[in-house]
Amino acid sequence: MMTTLNTILLLLVALAIPGVINRTRALLAGRRGIRFLQHIYDLHLHLRKGAVYSTTTTALFRTTPSVYLGAAIVAAMMIPVGDLRPLLSFEGDFVCMAYVLALGRFALILAAMDTGSAFEGMGASREALYGALVEPSLMLAAGTLALLTGHTSFARIFDPDVLPGARFAVVLLLTAYVLMKIVFTESGRVPVDDPRTHLELTMIHEVMCLDYCGVDLAMIQLGGWLKTALFSLLAADTLAAAFCLRWWVAAPLAVALTGLAVGIVESTQARNKLVRNTTFLLTVAALAALAFFTGYLLQLNIGMA
Amino acid sequence: MNWLTTENTGSCAALNDIPEVGYAEFYDDLARRLADARYHVAHYFALPSGDRLRFFCLLLDDREGKVLLASHALAYYEETALHPALTALHPALHPFERDIAERYGVRFDNMPWPKPLRFPFDRCDRAGTMDNYPFYTMKGGSLHEVNVGPIHAGVIEPGAFRFICNGEQVLHLEIALGYQHRGVEHLFGTTDNRLRQACLSETVAGDSAVAHATAFAEAIEKLTQCERHAQLERERTVALELERMAMQIADTGALCMDVGYQLGQVACEALRTMTINTTQAWCGNRFGKGLVRPHGTDHPLTPEKARMIRDNVREIARRYDEVRRDIKSSPTLLARFEQCGIVPRDEMLRIGGVGQAARASGVARDIRVSHPWASFAKCLHHESIVKSQGDVMARLTVRCREVLQSAGHIDRLLELYEQKYASGPSPCPAPDYTAALAPSSLSFGLIEGWRGETCHVIITDAEGRIAAARIKDPSLHNWLALALAVRGEGISDFPICNKSFNLSYCGHDL
Repeated sequence: MMTTLNTILLLLVALAIPGVINRTRALLAGRRGIRFLQHIYDLHLHLRKGAVYSTTTTALFRTTPSVYLGAAIVAAMMIPVGDLRPLLSFEGDFVCMAYVLALGRFALILAAMDTGSAFEGMGASREALYGALVEPSLMLAAGTLALLTGHTSFARIFDPDVLPGARFAVVLLLTAYVLMKIVFTESGRVPVDDPRTHLELTMIHEVMCLDYCGVDLAMIQLGGWLKTALFSLLAADTLAAAFCLRWWVAAPLAVALTGLAVGIVESTQARNKLVRNTTFLLTVAALAALAFFTGYLLQLNIGMA
Repeated sequence: MNWLTTENTGSCAALNDIPEVGYAEFYDDLARRLADARYHVAHYFALPSGDRLRFFCLLLDDREGKVLLASHALAYYEETALHPALTALHPALHPFERDIAERYGVRFDNMPWPKPLRFPFDRCDRAGTMDNYPFYTMKGGSLHEVNVGPIHAGVIEPGAFRFICNGEQVLHLEIALGYQHRGVEHLFGTTDNRLRQACLSETVAGDSAVAHATAFAEAIEKLTQCERHAQLERERTVALELERMAMQIADTGALCMDVGYQLGQVACEALRTMTINTTQAWCGNRFGKGLVRPHGTDHPLTPEKARMIRDNVREIARRYDEVRRDIKSSPTLLARFEQCGIVPRDEMLRIGGVGQAARASGVARDIRVSHPWASFAKCLHHESIVKSQGDVMARLTVRCREVLQSAGHIDRLLELYEQKYASGPSPCPAPDYTAALAPSSLSFGLIEGWRGETCHVIITDAEGRIAAARIKDPSLHNWLALALAVRGEGISDFPICNKSFNLSYCGHDL
């Protein structure tokens, strides 16, 4: 029962976030905006379309959307919504989640190179670089949570009886902040990437999907939404853990956090110069390290007292 | 050497009055003069006359405000030594010599890069086509090439960009144009219908319809030598400055869009719409097509329209000023625009950059100041806005301040109108499409459009018909500035460098 609710909530969060982002952006631009569920209609449209494949591509290119979506689904199944139980849970699953996602990214990079397009090669090289740079932050953030609780499974970490929320509020806030930055990076949003741009030369994630259409494109988009949702939920869980770790707090919080933060940042801020992304990601990693060591010191202190 | 000296407010020149000199003398004199930054060439073209090819040169003296005319000729079948290329000494002349070489097969000696300019349909050498054009290449294991175009991803206009990159860094950009060639210059000679010709001039570059139509009307009016009403000049200037405002605002918005700054983008899009809608409310066309006609206008101002334009322009300037402050005080935008796509002053001078792009690099070329025409020579006092940094931010700043300046000019011109004709409509006559042109003459229209100096040269035959038209859009010079601006930049910064220039494809390709 709890796992079913968890899965449904996860899916709802994934579908709601793009809508909230679009609505926030539209309101800030003084427009009415597209309908809230427009992205789902678009997805439906893609699903009804056939696919065209470039003659230079191989089977690798065709299997990638399935691998990418599959990886996102498997990773998402390990994420608890508040105090609910996820479908998959075992000790060490946070490492597993990170590398299942990396598998999806790896597949997409290979597929991009498979097309032989200069644009997609550039996008692949950028994705590989930023993917590698964001990994330490993710590991440190998840490591902080593991350190505070002594568990290495998300389901156990976000157990209200295990996670001593109030005492570690500072660390949890900082970790949630780091996780939000990871949301921005992993979902290819301003300031790291710009999903709305039409300029291939500046794209990172979008350019790798240029040769996809129809069902393949729908799978990649859905995979992307799931990825955004799972990181948003991690951030929301962490934040909620500081005061009230319940599913009815965590799920709306995930939607609101990402929807509003992404919408506001994309309206009011320009994108980074590409070379500055490296600095941005290393700063996030430094913050994650700070959270980790603060958590470590606090735990020592509390342990002694 | 003897040049025929005239002014931008002068009349046309009879072909026989334009001095004809030997090429050696022409070469020496022009090379010597161009070494001084006060001179630059507005146009240099060749034209078959009888069994000879006559080359005309319009040289601008920015300090004295003069236009100098001279020519030299080449017999078609003359077996002479090759003409040495002026481009080798002054790269600013490259588009002119490349055009002459491509059109008439004139071979210049020592030409640094005899690249075809626009592959016109009547070119001399048909063996070379756009499809087999050999791009410049470099060898090296760490280098890769990126080709963009010729079909633009946003389906605007076609042009091929070939980058040679070392990772993310651009080492070299080559721009190949000509895909948009329509034979506009040729079409001017195929009809005697002046209205059709005026409409044609509006389509030289769609975003500079008023600028090109004004340049054409100027050239025609010099040939008919009729008196023009001062109010007509003022109304044309209002239209030109409205176009400038609209385009500079649109480009501000486009720059914001390319860096993902939504608020600036939507604010500028709204203001741009307001500006072009003002033009539409005046003449029925958002781009001012149909507004500028030789000798008169179909849309004279009325007190109500003048009131409406004045109010709108004031409101636009006020709101745009807020956007401008917003951009200037936003660190994330400054981080993108500053120190990006720099074209230093000496490079801009060498390649002969014009217009607001040149002014952002410290080259104060502005026809409104150096060779004022119509209202700029009379009731308006214009001061150029010049920045020295030459980066994207400098080009944006020049745009921003020109919008406010243009708003001031429009306000002043309409105030004059209201003072003089407060009660009635403007006294501008209807257009005259039948006035006879002076035979065997050369006439030029030289104005500062929003992008830069726009020059139309018209040559009439012995019967007073247009024998040839030669058009120069400022993009002709400035495309090379874009290629230089992105050298050493990250390839992902190419779009904002490109937008900061916003050059015309069809204006170049004609």
